Amino acid sequence: MIQSRTSQVIKVGIAQMDVVKMPDTIRTSGLGSCVGVVLYDETKNIAGLVHIMLPDSSLARTETINAAKFANTGIKALIEKLKQAGVQPFRLKAKIAGGAQMFKFSTDNDSMRIGPRNVEAVKKELSTNNIPLIAEDTGGGSGRTIEFNPASCQLSIRTVNQGVNEI
Amino acid sequence: MMNEIQKITSLHLDILKEIGNIGAAHAATALSSLLNRKIDMHVPKVEMVSFNDMMELAGGAETVVVGIFLRIEGDSEGSMFFILPIEQANRFIQSLINDDQFSFNDGQPTELGISAMQELGNILSGSYLSALSDFTGMKLYPTVPGLSVDMFGAIISTGLIEISEVSDQVIVINTSIFEDGFDNRNEVHGHFFLLPDPDSFTSIFKALGVS
Repeated sequence: MIQSRTSQVIKVGIAQMDVVKMPDTIRTSGLGSCVGVVLYDETKNIAGLVHIMLPDSSLARTETINAAKFANTGIKALIEKLKQAGVQPFRLKAKIAGGAQMFKFSTDNDSMRIGPRNVEAVKKELSTNNIPLIAEDTGGGSGRTIEFNPASCQLSIRTVNQGVNEI
Repeated sequence: MMNEIQKITSLHLDILKEIGNIGAAHAATALSSLLNRKIDMHVPKVEMVSFNDMMELAGGAETVVVGIFLRIEGDSEGSMFFILPIEQANRFIQSLINDDQFSFNDGQPTELGISAMQELGNILSGSYLSALSDFTGMKLYPTVPGLSVDMFGAIISTGLIEISEVSDQVIVINTSIFEDGFDNRNEVHGHFFLLPDPDSFTSIFKALGVS
């Protein structure tokens, strides 16, 4: 096989999403309480990543909604985007990372517990859509930078203190 | 519901700049007397930025920084951060605890250094907010500041959660401080970021007699 071009790293910002195909990889940086959700088809080597901030779009107080910001709308929108890329939804699998609590406070402020709530909401939405969760690295108190390679279907996770870990 | 953020005029921006100015000037003075060094500050910037542009205000989402974070409650609510590049935080703490080996870079910084950093965060955010409270006449109740040494994106996104329910953009009052003689090296700038909650702008302007 002739490689027509070198692989690129596609970067996804906070409350954004994108889809890549082998040999490209997809990456998002500095996940704190946010969750990076990777949906992938290992037969087609296509993957999508959404960087969600909040559990549910019912929290939105805006007229228009950025789907990629919320677990419930973000996962649905990513499935749609993957369908357009030729993926059959029943083949999708998921790996997720993030949902940390960066600061510890003894406060009843709900936004401080947003990490675990995001993880919970992501899992619920995955199960609603019958997408198996293959691996996760969630919770704790550290920021994460993640990169998914659709060729190997490995998610590499970098933290400041523990270096790089693959799931 | 009309978004409060969309109603902000240039007069409002000037007021927010003045808030950044007064707050950071008091904090810089406190820092200066604590360290017995000359600390300067830049003219505050008040910007409306997307969440992703916010990540670039301190060197990118992945840059490792020392971050102090607290929530403000009371007449006006919001999040406040004091962000220091690792190198700068090391120098401040080395000088405070008289230990030139101290470093946030190794995984296990000493308890003494960590508690000194927390105390520094307490003092600086306290002087910023009390100046702000005096200036506006608002009652502000800050939470005890939390400390994290981690990626800037992971730290700052904690303060974007409340805002993200209402908007995809954030108004940030950004004042940078630096040690005298280091002003041409952006990597040693410390930043105060004040992120008022979207519903709080009205109360800030009202307190200052501007509608």
